[in-house]
Amino acid sequence: MSEVKDFYETIEGCKTHILRGGQGAPLLFLHGANGAGRWMPFMADLAKDFDVFVPEHPGYGKSDTPPWLDNVGDLANYYLSFMKHFGLKDVTVVGTSMGGWIACEIAVRDPARIKRQVLVAPAGLRVIGTPVADLFLWNAETTVRNLFHSKEMAERMLAIPMTEEDSDIGAKNRLMTARLAWSPRLCNPDLEKWIHRVELPTLVVWGRNDALIPVAYAERFREAIPGAKVQIIEDCGHIPHAEKTTEFLAAIRGFAKAS
Amino acid sequence: MSKNTEFYLFHLMPYADLDLTQVEKHDSSWVTLPNSNYDPKKGHLLYNRYLDELEMGDTLGFDGLCVNEHHSNAYGLMPNPGVLAGMLARRTKNVKIAVLGRALPLLNNPITVAEEFAILDNVTAGRFVAGFVRGIGAEYFSWNSNPAMSHERFHEAHDLIVQAWTREGPFAFEGKHYNFNYVNLWPRPYQQPHPPIWIPSQGSTETIEWAAHPSRRYVYLQTFSPVAMLAKFMKEYQNSAERHGWQATPDRLGWAVPCYVAETDEIARNEARPHIEAFYQKFLRMPPEMLLPPGYLSLKSMQGMLRAKTQLRSGPKDLDAVIDSGMFLCGSAKTVRDQILRYQQDIGFGKILTMLQFGTLPHELAVKNMQIYARDVMGEIRKMEAAPAMAAAK
Repeated sequence: MSEVKDFYETIEGCKTHILRGGQGAPLLFLHGANGAGRWMPFMADLAKDFDVFVPEHPGYGKSDTPPWLDNVGDLANYYLSFMKHFGLKDVTVVGTSMGGWIACEIAVRDPARIKRQVLVAPAGLRVIGTPVADLFLWNAETTVRNLFHSKEMAERMLAIPMTEEDSDIGAKNRLMTARLAWSPRLCNPDLEKWIHRVELPTLVVWGRNDALIPVAYAERFREAIPGAKVQIIEDCGHIPHAEKTTEFLAAIRGFAKAS
Repeated sequence: MSKNTEFYLFHLMPYADLDLTQVEKHDSSWVTLPNSNYDPKKGHLLYNRYLDELEMGDTLGFDGLCVNEHHSNAYGLMPNPGVLAGMLARRTKNVKIAVLGRALPLLNNPITVAEEFAILDNVTAGRFVAGFVRGIGAEYFSWNSNPAMSHERFHEAHDLIVQAWTREGPFAFEGKHYNFNYVNLWPRPYQQPHPPIWIPSQGSTETIEWAAHPSRRYVYLQTFSPVAMLAKFMKEYQNSAERHGWQATPDRLGWAVPCYVAETDEIARNEARPHIEAFYQKFLRMPPEMLLPPGYLSLKSMQGMLRAKTQLRSGPKDLDAVIDSGMFLCGSAKTVRDQILRYQQDIGFGKILTMLQFGTLPHELAVKNMQIYARDVMGEIRKMEAAPAMAAAK
């Protein structure tokens, strides 16, 4: 079990909360709307092969909210500075949901420091006629029930008592998600125009039973990014890394070996 | 007693023909209630009926008539209140006409409101009152306006409108959300430097501080809230003014509340019950996520509310509950008059905006309510204010 460093770093004027653990080539994990303040089992597993960075995005969790943060493009530019700050090269970027959207925006801007990207049920594009669900109308309980396909797993998550700090961070994360993704909901029409320029080896991972961003979106990303591979995980909701950790890790390792 | 209380007639223009059983089949009577529940033939009758009721407010001697803006709902059918205010402008002679208000953060071009309000002010020779709000949370879903930018858009739109009214054009406005090379308002407002600005709110410290700032001194209106909240927020306004070195006189403060007056307390309660319960339970029904999208409240307020879990249940809304909390004035003229006078003495507001039609209340009862209220509540309070010695002798 590798040691996890829990620290703050000021980048682009934003005091950022970061978890870092493991050895190997760098892996940048970009979390989704619910944040990533804790070192999760899948991160520990990836840390066996990678030097894993898990920042909390500016505006989320224990990171500060900088005055310049208005849209996902701002976060993409921030992460270019982040990778430069740590001198990262040949980075494997793993972005889930909102984090997958950020990954695409980074890759469109400047992929020089990136070796490959894994997009896990990413937001960012639209499929006209197949809207994403409105997560802003979900309460805390329905959010958990809708994110997991497995009812037992959802019940287990709901049984964990919420601390006041969790509650405060939840409100902060939700506020920033609205700021970044309210309109148009969870996508950027400008990204549609330029995502074809992404030349990175790309793996798109999707849960078959995703109730937030329907699995039909996987095809949209396959079409949009030249050479992208798609892997669908059966009996799985919007967060495969939590719900189907084994399959998720195998997908990343297989992709890393092949690219 | 020597104050001059101002009496306003407030209307929401609800879809009173709503099939209430339909509301239960949906999350809300806002945003997602299918508009197949709206019958335009009934709508035709309702709009004309409501305009009649408002016009009657002029002949009954109210100081002003109030309309407001809401979208995609059965609760209030005035998505563009300027249209209704425009109709009233020509059909009334004495009353003020107040749009309370336009939801500024929803606008992509706030100058449209500066223009619209300036027209109303010109047509009525200054009988116009401007209201600015942020809208109800549900509106951010209906208009897809970003609630996380609600406060900053409100302030920027407000600044743009006030500048458009007061600065010589053309001038450039260079903001974050709004940019114009040539702001040059034709028509300019009739009232100088600009129409009075009122700020209706359900109560937020940020809004109160902003409205009470000595550079603005805007009239603050507390809407549809328990009396305890009314007292708390008005005290905040008065304290804020005092900290800034000015005294908030009663005319700076107003209370908007539904009200029903009848021959006796018992008649009033019986006649009002189904309609006020429909108002609070059906027309205002929405889940907390729809009422308070992220950013609608400041992060600190939202975090406090989530910790306390207070947003989840706002308490029962049956007749007794809303009367007890002061969210509904109901009873004989004496009961209602005494209640208003007591609250006024305790709290210090000088404007009272009564909504005398609410929910499903039919025309006949609304008219009876207006007549009794005008004669025996408004009329009596005015007499008492005009002859303080007589009132004291009673």
